[in-house]
Amino acid sequence: MTSRISDLDLDYLHSILQSSGLYLKTGPFTYRIRSSVRSVAEGLHLLYGRNQFFQEMEFVDFDIRLDSPSSLRRHFRPKLDFYFDHQTPFKPLPLTQAFAFLEWGMNWCISVHMNQYLKLHAAVLERNGRALVMPAAPGSGKSTLCAALMLRGWRLLSDEHALVSLEDMSLIPVCRPISLKNRSIKVIKQFDSSAVFGPICEDTHKGTVVHMKPDAQSVALDHQPVKPGWMVFPKYVPEGDTRLTERIKETAFLKAGDQSFNYSLLGRRGFDVMSNLIEASDCYNFSYSNLDEAIETFEKLSTTAV
Amino acid sequence: MNNSSYPLLDALTDPEKLRELSLADWNELIPQARHALLLGRLHALILEYDLLEVLPEQPLNHTLSAYLASEKQRATTLWEVVKLGRALNSLDVPIVLLKGGAYIQAELSMSKGRLLSDIDILVPLKKLDDIEKDLHTRGWRSSKKDDYDDRYYREWMHEIPPLKHITRGSFLDVHHTILPPTAKYKPDPGKLIHAAREVSPDVYTLAPIDMVIHSATHLFHEGDFDHGLRDILDLHGLLIHFGEYEPDFWNQLVPRAVELDLINPLYYALHYCSLILDTDIPQTVLQQADKGKPNLLMSWVMDGLFMRALRPDHPSCDLPFTGLARGLLYIRSHYLRMPLHLLIPHLTRKAWKRRVADNKQQTADVNLPQ
Repeated sequence: MTSRISDLDLDYLHSILQSSGLYLKTGPFTYRIRSSVRSVAEGLHLLYGRNQFFQEMEFVDFDIRLDSPSSLRRHFRPKLDFYFDHQTPFKPLPLTQAFAFLEWGMNWCISVHMNQYLKLHAAVLERNGRALVMPAAPGSGKSTLCAALMLRGWRLLSDEHALVSLEDMSLIPVCRPISLKNRSIKVIKQFDSSAVFGPICEDTHKGTVVHMKPDAQSVALDHQPVKPGWMVFPKYVPEGDTRLTERIKETAFLKAGDQSFNYSLLGRRGFDVMSNLIEASDCYNFSYSNLDEAIETFEKLSTTAV
Repeated sequence: MNNSSYPLLDALTDPEKLRELSLADWNELIPQARHALLLGRLHALILEYDLLEVLPEQPLNHTLSAYLASEKQRATTLWEVVKLGRALNSLDVPIVLLKGGAYIQAELSMSKGRLLSDIDILVPLKKLDDIEKDLHTRGWRSSKKDDYDDRYYREWMHEIPPLKHITRGSFLDVHHTILPPTAKYKPDPGKLIHAAREVSPDVYTLAPIDMVIHSATHLFHEGDFDHGLRDILDLHGLLIHFGEYEPDFWNQLVPRAVELDLINPLYYALHYCSLILDTDIPQTVLQQADKGKPNLLMSWVMDGLFMRALRPDHPSCDLPFTGLARGLLYIRSHYLRMPLHLLIPHLTRKAWKRRVADNKQQTADVNLPQ
């Protein structure tokens, strides 16, 4: 019988995290996570509650650990180190940022190591069997829009990584919690009171950060790739009108290249896959300030044939 | 002496054995290869042995990712060499590549999948000032901002402080000889440049025997063995390749090392290649190289140290006293580089600066996860 992470007793999950570790499968990747930090156990229990629970896996892609570097550190200005396979790629962060640190570290594992996909810094959702890819720099309102769309029934593939198959340009899901920052946390709470949030991490280098739980259908379909449909470059404009305008493919290509982790690394292959992805997608610029109007615009867009 | 094997070593010496690995074995192998900087090299072997179809996909994603990164590095390196060639040729200096860059330019099969961190070139000392000025106008800037570090390189090292290109971000090491002038052995860099071989128009590498001797000298004077296995594997690759394709290679190797005053590092290279990687080296060559062998006690101590340090720097590969061995070799490398009256003040200063830097780092806004 398979069980889900939320089926476990929180104390039991915490004890597993402190010993052999939790084996977490998300999209194509397997993480082994260890940590003695209570808020990490709480965050995983709540936000990954719908993921299947594994006590053992033969092969893990990323063996990670979040702990204090020394026992002294645990008491005096407590800080945490993120270990990837015994190495610490980052400087230590305060204990209060534990869950955000875990999520950032998990993102880093994908950004730095996995080059078997073309990777874009983008939110990806699905509607009517087609993928909506939204590449954007931090601060452009990408995650807010992504959270709102998921809360209105769009399937979440990722709010951080568009993984494009080098074989057939399909988008590979890696469905994990959505990261919200500062004002957008309140915006989403007001937009939909049913949204579920994990531990609040204040005073990080990005401000206040909190993660939002993905919905049931998104987690259930976490293994199903989606054909490309639309590529939209979002921009939050305070007090601005809702505006969706077509974007010529040449500049869409350049902009998407800017937001790619490994376009240049993949060389000729990166160019070909990016060309095909752009060719297969309708490309738009989108600026907004009102979420309800934004959702309405995307609903309409989703009914247009690609 | 402990020569116990581990999955990565088995895979490198006999890639066919990869067929027999369970997923749990791969789970040990991949982190070892990642720490040893050999994931890409492992993938190149998998391609060479045509094993792609029969091996499990999940671990192959990791080797493939590193391999793709190494292919990108290959293209970047070749392009940097073109740029550097233009700079040096304007000063009538030939470009002589060392180490990784040379292996790529010479299209040696052992360079497939190999990752490198910088490009190394060897130039005549008397042209060094002109070259540095010219490279400066082309965007190559010293990456050492600290006056002490800068002076340390210029007075005591065999290279100027590493250069970094301001727009391309690539790193360049400009060497004027292959060992620090204060070191015990004193090879003549003029002889190396004189014998250099043109591998493509106006681009040179060291001659094959010199390439091996330099690689050996570099590794066995090194203090940092993070990538010791990668470096001994380079030597293995060079010996196998040149032994097969280079006429008279084995006959010339030891005499040349004697001529260059580098028989000691060559002895270590041949000794540890055959001990660790079972490299096929003619018995007569091994006997000739014994000239460079230290006394019995020293040999026994060195085996104890190097057989530990030349394993991947990953906990799953550590033997008892591995940490101690690495520490002692670090001290040895400095001792080989400098006489004690220079060394002690230098290491003291370095340790002090590291402490200060650690304290500063608490507030510095670096290495934050995104």
